[in-house]
Amino acid sequence: MEQTIEYAQATGVLGSVWLLIAIPLVSAAVILLLGRRSAKFAHWLGTAAIGASFVLTLIYFFSLRDQPNRAVERNLWEFISVGNLKVDVGLLFDPLAAVFCLLITGVGFLIHLYAVGYMAHDERRHTFFGYFNLFAAAMLLLVLGNNYVMLFLGWEGVGLASYLLISFWYTRPAAATAGKKAFLMNRVGDAGLVIAIFTMFAYLGSTNYEDVFNGVGGLSSTVVLLMGLLLLLGATGKSGQFPLQAWLPDAMEGPTPVSALIHAATMVTAGVYLIARSNAIFSANEVLQTVVVSVGALTLLIGCIIGAAKDDIKRVLAWSTVSQIGYMFLGVGLGGGAYALAIIHLLAHGFFKANMFLGAGSVMHGMKDQVNIRRFGGLWKLMPWTFGTFTAGWLAIVGFPGFSGFFTKEPIIVAAFEREGWTAWLYGWAALLGAGLTAFYMTRLWVLTFLGPKRWTEDIDHPHESPPIMVGPLVLLAIGSAIAGGLMASPVAKWLEPPLPEEAHDLHPVMSHGVITTLSLVLTFAGIGLAYLLFRRGTAIVEQPAGVVVTAARRNLYADAFNEIVFEKPGIFLTRALVFLDNRGIDGAVNGLAAAVGGGSGRLRRLQTGFVRSYAMSMMAGALLVVAAFVAVQMGWLS
Amino acid sequence: MTIKFPDFDYAAIAPILIVFGVAAVGILVEAFVPKRGRYLTQLVLALTGLVAALVVLITQADTRVVTAGQAIAIDGPALFLQGSIIVLAIMSVLLIGERALEKGGPFVAQAAITVGSEDDRKQAAHADGATEVYPLATFAIGGMMLFVSANDLLTMFIALEVLSLPLYLMCALARRRRLVSQEAALKYFMLGAYASAFFLFGVALVYGFTASVEAAPGRQAGGVDFATIHAAATASPANRALLFAGLAMIAIGLLFKAAAAPFHVWTPDVYQGAPTPVTGFMAACTKVAAFGALLRVLYVAFDGARWDFTPVLGAIAILTMLVGAVLAVTQTDLKRLLAYSSIANAGYLLVGVLAGVRGGISSTMFYLVAYGFTVIAAFAVVTLVRDADGEATHLSRWAGLGRRSPVFAGVFTFILLAFAGIPLTSGFISKFAVFGAALDGGQTWLVIAGVVTSMILAFPYLRVVVMMWLSEPGETTPTIAVPGALTAAALVIGVAATLVLGVAPAPLLNLSDTAAQFIR
Repeated sequence: MEQTIEYAQATGVLGSVWLLIAIPLVSAAVILLLGRRSAKFAHWLGTAAIGASFVLTLIYFFSLRDQPNRAVERNLWEFISVGNLKVDVGLLFDPLAAVFCLLITGVGFLIHLYAVGYMAHDERRHTFFGYFNLFAAAMLLLVLGNNYVMLFLGWEGVGLASYLLISFWYTRPAAATAGKKAFLMNRVGDAGLVIAIFTMFAYLGSTNYEDVFNGVGGLSSTVVLLMGLLLLLGATGKSGQFPLQAWLPDAMEGPTPVSALIHAATMVTAGVYLIARSNAIFSANEVLQTVVVSVGALTLLIGCIIGAAKDDIKRVLAWSTVSQIGYMFLGVGLGGGAYALAIIHLLAHGFFKANMFLGAGSVMHGMKDQVNIRRFGGLWKLMPWTFGTFTAGWLAIVGFPGFSGFFTKEPIIVAAFEREGWTAWLYGWAALLGAGLTAFYMTRLWVLTFLGPKRWTEDIDHPHESPPIMVGPLVLLAIGSAIAGGLMASPVAKWLEPPLPEEAHDLHPVMSHGVITTLSLVLTFAGIGLAYLLFRRGTAIVEQPAGVVVTAARRNLYADAFNEIVFEKPGIFLTRALVFLDNRGIDGAVNGLAAAVGGGSGRLRRLQTGFVRSYAMSMMAGALLVVAAFVAVQMGWLS
Repeated sequence: MTIKFPDFDYAAIAPILIVFGVAAVGILVEAFVPKRGRYLTQLVLALTGLVAALVVLITQADTRVVTAGQAIAIDGPALFLQGSIIVLAIMSVLLIGERALEKGGPFVAQAAITVGSEDDRKQAAHADGATEVYPLATFAIGGMMLFVSANDLLTMFIALEVLSLPLYLMCALARRRRLVSQEAALKYFMLGAYASAFFLFGVALVYGFTASVEAAPGRQAGGVDFATIHAAATASPANRALLFAGLAMIAIGLLFKAAAAPFHVWTPDVYQGAPTPVTGFMAACTKVAAFGALLRVLYVAFDGARWDFTPVLGAIAILTMLVGAVLAVTQTDLKRLLAYSSIANAGYLLVGVLAGVRGGISSTMFYLVAYGFTVIAAFAVVTLVRDADGEATHLSRWAGLGRRSPVFAGVFTFILLAFAGIPLTSGFISKFAVFGAALDGGQTWLVIAGVVTSMILAFPYLRVVVMMWLSEPGETTPTIAVPGALTAAALVIGVAATLVLGVAPAPLLNLSDTAAQFIR
C-alpha cells in the first residue's frame, strides 16, 4: 500500500515550536558571550532554559493530539536555494519528534540539575553550562528538522558540542585525545550521511522528509540500498555501533554529567532516530534491513564482551550503552512493529542509563574521582541513596521482572525470533545471549562497587554521600528506571504509529512467547548468580593476567589495533608518498623552516636551490598531460 | 582607409575606469605629495576610490552590454564578480594599511636596498613602509575587474598581465624576512610568466582554428572574441584538435592563477613568503578573478564543447582537491597550511564551474565571495600573532594560544570551522551549494570526491584548533597584538560575513542566482 505523507502547517500554540530550540540556544549564547561575567548565574540560567523547553514540550505534546495526522510542519525561512536545490529552515513536530523532545529536555533537565552540584567546584562551570545548552539545542534541532539538511545541521552541532564537552578538561591529555577521536570517527560517519543526502537530492530532487518518503517507492532497489547503507554509516558513527564503536568509550574522559547526557538523552540516540525517522527507506529494502540487524546483533555482543572485562566504572557503563544501542539497532532493523519497540527501549534506556551514569558520578564524587571498580567495595552503607538508585538502574538494565528493561528488551528479543527461516535463530539467540551477558557484567559492576569488602586506596578517608541537589535527580531517575518501561510499553507503541509502521499481527516467533521469556529469565538469573558468586568477596586490586578471550576483551577486541593498522598506517604512508611525489622540496623547506626559526640563512639557502626549475618542470608535465588528454578526448581516443 | 573608433558605454565601464584612475592618481601622489602625508593620502584615496567604484557599480546593476568594440562584456556575472572583488579588495586594503601592529607597517621602505646590509637594518627598524603598494594594489584590482569582464582572449590576456605584474612586486615588499619575500616574488614572476606564455600560445592556436573555419555571412573569419569562438566551435564539424589544444593551454594559464593542481606548485612558497596582507589579497581577490575568467571562457566561448572538456577538467578538480587536502595535513607552517587549503578550495570551486548548469555559475560565485571573506579574516588573525621577529607562523608557536587570548583563538577556531565546512558557517553553505549544483549537472563523481576530500581536509584544521586550545602555552608562545582599527574592521567584517552567510545565505544566493546569466 502506497501511503502518502502530508504534514499540516503549524498553527496556534504549535506555531511557536521553534522556541524549543531557541531557548537553550539563546541561553548558550548569553553564557558563552558573557564569559566569566556570567559565572554567578550561568548554571541556573542553563538549567532554567532546558526546564522551560521541557515545559513547552509538554504543552506542545498535549496540543498535538488535536492535530490531523498528529503532525505539524513549520517552515521558518528559506535556507539554501541554488538551481533546483531548495532547502528551508523547517521544523516538524510529530509523535516521534515529540517523544525525543520529551526525553532530551526531561532527562536533560535532571542532568543539568545534577551538574549544578557536580561541577560546583569547577571554575569554568559557566562555560560548561554554555556548552551543555548548546548540546541540547543542537540535539533538539536534529530531531525537530523537517528535512535531512536540518537533521544534518543538528547532527554536526551535536558532534561539535560533544567534542567541546569531552575535551572540557583539556588539561588532561587523555581527554584531548578522546575528543579528537570522537571528532574523527564522527567525521567518517558524517561523510556517509552527507553523501546520502546528496543521493536523495540527485534521485528525488529534495531532502524534505515528505518528498523523500513519498518518493522512495519509485526508486530502484539498488539506489535505496545505497542510500540506506550511507545513512547507516552515519548512524553507526553517531551511535557508536560497529564498525565505528571505538570512540564512544573513550568519550568517558569528559565530566560525568556529559557522559550521562551523551549516553542517555542525546547524541548516541541520534543514530537510532535517523533510522527510525527514515523507516520508509529502510523498510523498502530487505538486504538493508538484514545489514542493520546484523550490525545491531554484532554490536550488542561486542559491547557485552568488552564490558565484562573493563575495570573503569564509566567504561563499563559506556560499553553497556554500545550494547544497549545494539538492541535498538536490532529493533529498527527488524522493521515493522519493532521500530516502536526500539524507540521504547531507547526511552527506558534514557532513564536507567542517565540514572547509572549519574550514580557513577556520585560514587566518584565521594571517592576522590576514583573510577576503578577494583578499588571500590562496601559502599552501600556509606552511600545509601546512591546505592538504592543505582540498584534500580541495575535491575532495569538486566531486565529484572517488573523493572523497565524487562518490558522493553523482551519484546525486541521476541521480535528477533519472528524473522523468517534460520536468521530467526541466529539473531534471536544473539539477543538472548546478550541478555545473559548483560546480567553478568552489570552485576559484576554492581557487586564490586557496592558490596563485598572495602578495597579503597589509602588517600580516601571517608567516602560520603553526595549533596541533595545531586541525589534529587538520582531519585527521580531511579523511579523512572523502575516504572517507565512498564508504563510506556503499550501506549507509546500506539502513539508512534504513524510515523512508525504498524505492528503486523500475523507474525509468529519460532519458539513460543513463553519459552523465549523463560529462556531469557533463566539466562539473566544465571548471569546475575554467576557474577555474584564470583565477585561477592571482592577481587584482586590490580588487573590479573588472563586468558586469550579476556585479554582480547580488555583490548576492546583489538578494534583500536585494527583501526591503526588498516586506516592510520596506510593513511600516514599515503600522505608521505604523496608529499614525496608532489615535491620533495616542500618537505625540505618545511623541515628547514622548523630547524631554523632563529637564523634565517640556512633556511633561505634551502628555499633557493633552484626549485623554480622543478616547479616549472612539473607544470610542464601537467600541461603536456592536459593538452594530450584534451586532444585525445577530441580524437575519440578516450571515449 | 578609415579606422572605426569603437563605441564605449562609459557608464558601464565606469567602475573599472574609476579604479584605474585612482591608481594613476596614486602614482602622482607618490611624486608630488610630501613624504609625511603620503601614507594617509594614499590610504584614503584607495579606500574612497574603491567605495566610489562600488557605488557606481551598484547603480549600474541592471546593465547588460557588450561594449568597447566587443572587448568588454558587462553582464550579470561580470557585475557580481566586480562587486565581490571591490568588497574583498577594500578589506585587503584595510589590512595593507595597518600600521599599529608594527612601526611603519608590514612593508619595507626601499625594497632595493641589499638585504642584510647596514642600511637595511636601519630601514627595518625606523623607516616607514613603502606607499607605492597602494597604487600597485589598485592597479591589480582594476586588472582583476577587467579580467572577469573581458570578452575576447586578448583583452583577457592584457588584464591578466595588468593584475599579475603589481602582484609580483607586492610579494617582494615584506619588511621582515625579506629574502624569503623576494624569492617568493621571483618564483611567482617566473612561473607566472611561464603560465602566461601557455595562455598566449593557446590564444594563437584558437585564432588559428577560428581563422580556418568559414565564417557566417556578414562576419569576418578569424578572431579571438568569445562570440566568434563560440560560433566556430559549434559550427565546425572539421578537425577540432587545434581548438582543444588551444583551450587546454588557455585553461592552464587560468588554472595557474586559480592555483589548481598540477599548476599549484608556486602557491605554498608565495603565500608563505609574501607579506601577509598581500597573501590575503591574493587568496581572496585573485581567486575571484581567476575563476570569474574561467567561468566566462568555459561558459561563453567554449560552451559547445562542454562534453569534451569536462572529463579532463574534472580530473584536474579531483587531483586539486586531493593534493590540497592531503598535503595540508603535513604542513607545519600556518601560511603554508592556508595555501594548501586554498588549493583544495580551488578544487571545490572547479566542481561548481564544471556543473555546467546555471546553478553552477551562481554557486561558484557565492563560494568565491564566502571564501574570500573567511580567508581574509584568517590572514588578519595571522598578522596579529607575533613576536619580536614579526609574525610567528610556525604551528608549534600557536600552541596554547587559547589560554593567552581566548577571544582571538575563538575567532580563529570559528574561521577554521568555516573552512572545514561545519554547518552554520558560510563554508558549509558554499560547499553544499557547489555540490548541489554539480549533482544537478550530473557530476556525481566530482561530488563524491569533494565530500571525501573535505572530510580529510577537516583534519589539518582540527589539528590547529587542538594545538591552540589543548596544549600548554610554551615560553615561545607569542603574544597576540591588539589589532589596530583597520585590522579590527577587516576581521569583524570577515567573521560577521562568515556567520551571516552561514545562517541566512538566501539573499546573496538569490543575488548570485539572478546574476548568473552571461551575455555573448
